Amino acid sequence: MQDQVEHSYQHDIVGDDIHSIRKVIEPHRDDADHAIKYILIGIAAVFLLVMLIMPLTVVLINALRDGWQAYKEAVMDEYTVRALQLTLFATVCAVAVNTIFGVFASYLLSKFYFRGRQVLASLIDIPFSISPVIAGLIFILTFGNIGWMGDFLKAHDIKIVFAVPGVILATIFVTFPFVFRELFPVMNAQGKDEEEAAALMGAGGLMIFRRITFPHIKWALVYGVVLCTARAMGEFGAVSVISGHLRGKTNTLPLHVEILYNEFNTTAAFAVSSILVIMAVVILIIRSFIERKRKI
Amino acid sequence: MYVEMRRINKTFDGFQASKDVNFGVQKGHLAALLGPSGSGKTTILRMIAGLDRPDSGDILINGNRVNDIPGSKRGIGFVFQNYALFRYMTVADNIAFGLEVQKKNKKEIKDRVEELLELVSMQDLGKRYPHQLSGGQRQRVAFARALAPDPQLLLLDEPFAAIDAKVRRELRTWLKEMIGRVGVTSIFVTHDQEEAVEVADTIIITNQGRIEQIGTPEEVCRHPQTEFVADFVDAERFEALMAVRRVE
Ligand SMILES: Nc1ncnc2c1ncn2[C@@H]1O[C@H](COP(=O)(O)OP(=O)(O)O)[C@@H](O)[C@H]1O
Ligand SMILES: [Mg+2]
Repeated sequence: MQDQVEHSYQHDIVGDDIHSIRKVIEPHRDDADHAIKYILIGIAAVFLLVMLIMPLTVVLINALRDGWQAYKEAVMDEYTVRALQLTLFATVCAVAVNTIFGVFASYLLSKFYFRGRQVLASLIDIPFSISPVIAGLIFILTFGNIGWMGDFLKAHDIKIVFAVPGVILATIFVTFPFVFRELFPVMNAQGKDEEEAAALMGAGGLMIFRRITFPHIKWALVYGVVLCTARAMGEFGAVSVISGHLRGKTNTLPLHVEILYNEFNTTAAFAVSSILVIMAVVILIIRSFIERKRKI
Repeated sequence: MYVEMRRINKTFDGFQASKDVNFGVQKGHLAALLGPSGSGKTTILRMIAGLDRPDSGDILINGNRVNDIPGSKRGIGFVFQNYALFRYMTVADNIAFGLEVQKKNKKEIKDRVEELLELVSMQDLGKRYPHQLSGGQRQRVAFARALAPDPQLLLLDEPFAAIDAKVRRELRTWLKEMIGRVGVTSIFVTHDQEEAVEVADTIIITNQGRIEQIGTPEEVCRHPQTEFVADFVDAERFEALMAVRRVE
């Protein structure tokens, strides 16, 4: 058998066909390839199990540890509901603001050339490289009583720090680059030609955006919004610093989880966490759906 | 002269892309801007179309100074180097776009689109999307789209660059014939001497942002006025082309 195979390869090489060389090399490479493939798959699977699946299962098991009734009570608790409302409200605000900003910024930076373009593009990424806790502190130092704008805000009776506006500002700051980062490369790759062609035919800015720019960025935009939503809902650090942890007022879901946990109310903490987990899973599903759509 | 460039200068970030550019193109003529890559041909075309503004000098179309008139009001059709077809619209919608912008009525638009599809022999392909077309078909759509609003001046940037060498020749003849039939004054950009000689009535030779020489194909090939033109233009190739033409 071995003999026969070798013989046929030799025959092919004599035939000087490019495929014959492949045939000789491939059996060995195939084995090695397969081994590497399975090792990598194994590593990835173990990693996912330890880092993601196990913790998420623990959350769900612990949440239901004291039974369905306890779970329902923890989830329907007045403070939990308020925290959920605030989280959703802050998320909607942040996503709205950052979507509008992201569209304008990526349009500006991809379709117009001006000095300082690069600098501006990197400035937008700052929230990615600043620790959220520092971001929270920045806002306290800017808008707090002792901050730069403290006197002005006090004189006009505007409260930002330790209040809902602060929570929203912090969420916006932390999720600032998401939509922009998704849109910018797509708009950049599109170039200006189609838009210039439409403008030469007399189309106005809105019409050009609606019929030429938007169809191109549609899925990238939805994807950016989804990422932004996921991040906004889960934000802890910046919000923790600026919110003041006022129960029923400035507490978001992640903060509420921490409070419950620190009060040794573990079941409730896990129950509330499970809300966030479920929302994350929903977003994940939407996300993979969009990814499939974008490939088409 | 239908189009005139008078003492045009243009600088990009300190780089002078047009230096004292002067030339004119007569009504109904087909002129070629011929020069090496980077010599400022596209820049000239974009300034005529109003996509870029000259730093100084006057652009005249039909005797009127158009420097301050937006490109969309200059009566221009533009064929971009890579055609810039609207990729999310069908061929028919691409051609109809300029008419829709002008708020023409539905019937009128439909008739005009059909007329143009017929002109470029693409009657059956109106429902296709640009990515479903060959390079040559895309060029024809771009041509039809540019002509749809009935422009007085047609500008084409390297219209054959994205096309297989094999069919390029065929398309050249086709384009020349089409432009002749429509009777629109046209300026096209190319870096290929043969293309310019075969298609154009007038050749304008550019080099490093300057105009080196203007004349008929025969004039620039047989009587180059500057050293650059003598170098750039291959006189032997011109004579060979002429010989082929005589045989045909
Ligand atoms: N928008 C721009 N910004 C900076 N430089 C440009 C721009 N457009 C053209 N140029 C420069 O001007 C010169 C001429 O360009 P172009 O007119 O495109 O030449 P051609 O079409 O003859 O190849 C090139 O060196 C190019 O780099
Ligand atoms: Mg060019």
